[in-house]
Amino acid sequence: MEKIALSAESRALIDLEVAKFPGEQKQSAVMSALRIVQTEKGWLAPETIEAVAEYLGMPAIAAYEVATFYNMYDLKPVGRHKITVCTNLPCQLQGADKIAEHLKAKLGVDFGETTEDGRYTLKEGECMGTCGSGPLCLHNNHKMHAHLTPEAVDKLLDELK
Amino acid sequence: MPVITIDDRQIEVAPGDTVMDAAHRAGIYIPHFCYHKKLSIAASCRMCLVEVEKVPKPLPACATPATDGMVVRTHSDKAVTAQKGVMEFLLINHPLDCPICDQGGECMLQDIAVGYGGIASRYAEPKRVVKEKDLGPLVATDMTRCIHCSRCVRFGQEIAGIMELGMPGRGEHTEVMPFLESQVTSELSGNVIDLCPVGALTSKPFRYSARPWELSRRKSVSPHDGLGSNLAVHVKDGKVFRFLPLENEAVNECWLADRDRYSYQALNSEERVTRPMVRQGSDWVEVDWQKALAQAAGALKVIHDTHGGEAIGFLASPHQTLEELYLTRQLAGALGCENIDTRLDVADFSADGKLAGIPWLGMPVADLDKLDRVLLVGSSVRKEQPLIAQRLRQAVKRGARLNVVHAADDDLLCRVANKLIAKPSAWVNALAQIANALRESGKDVGAVASDVSGVAVSDAARRVAESLVSGERKAVFLGGLASQHPNAAQLHSLAQAIAQATGAALGFLVSAANQVGAALAGCRPGANGRNAQRMLAEPRKAYVLLGVEPTLDHEPAAQAESALESAELVVLLTAFKVKAMDYAHVVLPIAPFTETAGAFVNMEGRLQAFNGVVPPQGEARPAWKVLRVLGNQLQLSDFDYDSAESVRKAALPEGEDGIAARLDNGICALPVTHLQAGDGVERLGETPIYQLDPLVRRAPALQATQVAADAAVCWANGALIQRLGLSVDRPVRVVQDSGESVLKLGRDDRLPEDVVRVAACHRLTTRLGERFGALRLEKM
Repeated sequence: MEKIALSAESRALIDLEVAKFPGEQKQSAVMSALRIVQTEKGWLAPETIEAVAEYLGMPAIAAYEVATFYNMYDLKPVGRHKITVCTNLPCQLQGADKIAEHLKAKLGVDFGETTEDGRYTLKEGECMGTCGSGPLCLHNNHKMHAHLTPEAVDKLLDELK
Repeated sequence: MPVITIDDRQIEVAPGDTVMDAAHRAGIYIPHFCYHKKLSIAASCRMCLVEVEKVPKPLPACATPATDGMVVRTHSDKAVTAQKGVMEFLLINHPLDCPICDQGGECMLQDIAVGYGGIASRYAEPKRVVKEKDLGPLVATDMTRCIHCSRCVRFGQEIAGIMELGMPGRGEHTEVMPFLESQVTSELSGNVIDLCPVGALTSKPFRYSARPWELSRRKSVSPHDGLGSNLAVHVKDGKVFRFLPLENEAVNECWLADRDRYSYQALNSEERVTRPMVRQGSDWVEVDWQKALAQAAGALKVIHDTHGGEAIGFLASPHQTLEELYLTRQLAGALGCENIDTRLDVADFSADGKLAGIPWLGMPVADLDKLDRVLLVGSSVRKEQPLIAQRLRQAVKRGARLNVVHAADDDLLCRVANKLIAKPSAWVNALAQIANALRESGKDVGAVASDVSGVAVSDAARRVAESLVSGERKAVFLGGLASQHPNAAQLHSLAQAIAQATGAALGFLVSAANQVGAALAGCRPGANGRNAQRMLAEPRKAYVLLGVEPTLDHEPAAQAESALESAELVVLLTAFKVKAMDYAHVVLPIAPFTETAGAFVNMEGRLQAFNGVVPPQGEARPAWKVLRVLGNQLQLSDFDYDSAESVRKAALPEGEDGIAARLDNGICALPVTHLQAGDGVERLGETPIYQLDPLVRRAPALQATQVAADAAVCWANGALIQRLGLSVDRPVRVVQDSGESVLKLGRDDRLPEDVVRVAACHRLTTRLGERFGALRLEKM
């Protein structure tokens, strides 16, 4: 496996996170560090995780444990736009299953798959903590779209190039 | 003291104890999987749920602090219901493959399921299947059986010091695995087999060879490093099937290094010699014992009568028992021979005659983890004594500051406070710097003061000195490499000065199981005798070799080879076919430690006696018997021992209690002369972990490990490789003195630019010279 280096930008951002913890406990910043590096690289390849672990002075397997525990980390390449639909009960009751079906039909992919043009990845998500706004989805882990309808979904997909 | 009640019994507990600790103290068993007394608390298996009065839900005993007045019930309806429920959950995904599982019969899950589980499961759906992981040649996996207790993961983090296994994934998708496809390389990896409560991690070499209930367990002592780990030898039909740790808190705790665990493979190897043999021309002829012994005794007598006793050299292995070494000594003495030694790995004998006693650890092994300050000089401790490294790791975890003088900045898998990394010829200077820093700060460094006063002190040396001045319990340890160093006596002298100036204990991390015992048995050259080095440098007419492989135990090997080749007589007492058979004249097959009674004295002076656990293979016989008969044949007096015990009594007339008085690390201060490091690139020639003695050299599983493969590589710093225009992973010619070897080149930037790591005592490097000499790398 080739070793990779983290970019200077990522390192600077990680350093900010590391500074929030006692000097002896750099590895406390691992979740932030993985998020920062994922934002840069698009996904977390094993060598990326290893580079993060090395930077924080922790065993690679320990960083890998974190990366596999949380579903917002992508361990496989994803499309330019990752759409995560919450399918937990409150959202379901508000029609999330229909939104999910609509997305699947429209994009021609199932949960966990990426469209052939590499534009969209569809993911199944867990509760995002704003059940009153359901059904909802998350775009690239950062932007939430609430009160979805099939029309709103179509509009959103068109906007995402 | 708080008092708690468990199952109607009042138990006094120490503050901080958990309910589980209290139960253990009172001998009450609470079923558990993830709990282990040496590991941190995970409370993940939930098997130890107990009822606590006034608490609505059952609590895990392992994670519940015992508080005064607490009333605990382990067998109440609530506790039993909880335990049954947990058991049913644990078995949901556990395969019902006990008949083909190696753990069957010694499986915690099996036992506890019978004791605490229900009759049947309500779960009828498909079970989870988990892909196998390849952890290397020592540990076999069946990960479908894993119950996620995380003991193996915590062992890596907390005891081995290296987290090689982890538990990625979440919930039912959690799997124990290494990062990517890597194998485990820890020198303590085999312990996860003992820790695993199910059959997920089992011993690869032992796999499918026997059932636990067929095996008898017999006590023994490991013959490898100077720790003398206690073994439970599992035998069946007169054959050793495996070694497991025998718990001894003062020695190996409940652990065993891989070297101690897997060396048993050699006992049953094809390389055993099991018949006495004499040379006829270039052939070996199997003969009966009488003939072989008569021939050996006769030939020795001829040499003795024609050339005198000093024409003979006795070389014995420090991995042989006290009794064998004592009788070798007696035999030599009766032949008027003072040439006897076990220190084939030593280069500098100038301390002989200047020592106050027998070099030893300087403290009990159990005190190592309580140290506050440590200076480790020339010790690759992870390879030399893996479990001592573990103890030091625990000390560091408790806050000890570890200082290191070495030629490689190896990862000790714990925090190192200060280090002086320099090529071997600069070690005397490094210690002199520390001594001078102490002197400058007003400490009394004794007789070496004037020698070291001119030495420029580096910042690192000053920090080491400062570190050693602070703290309560301190020690300065000289490792195997320091003992093998060409200026070992000066290192010893300086270490003593540093220890005295700082109030630290001085100790030797002894490399061989019975090195202390060998000294006690008198296996040291007499006043006019030759030491191991001189015996081979000034060839003798005859050699008696007990358990040694001179061309692997001695550096330079060529010197040993030519001395043996030119000898008129070589009597070989060996358990294995060895290279020395090329020049030997009589081969007397002796029993390895599992087939003879005997004793080892470990590095702390602990006499550990053991009995043979299986009968000797073929015609092999315990070496103490062979030596006794040899003595009888030579008509020597005092050779009428009828048991190993009687030999032991003669070897240690004052018994076990007399040992401590003879141990002393004191040395008459020597002039410190080698303050100038040599020029150019130097060799760092360690004895590889799996090349220590004839037994481990013949254990296939150990030889198949990555660690063993790495020992066959020539390691150099990337800058040196670039400067010499060499390429990594390609063969390189290593030239030292008049010899050369071709080895694969590896890059290790933890080495200084002027140090090249080339293993000693390795079959690929026997053409090279001393362990620490100047050396050259050439492009192929």
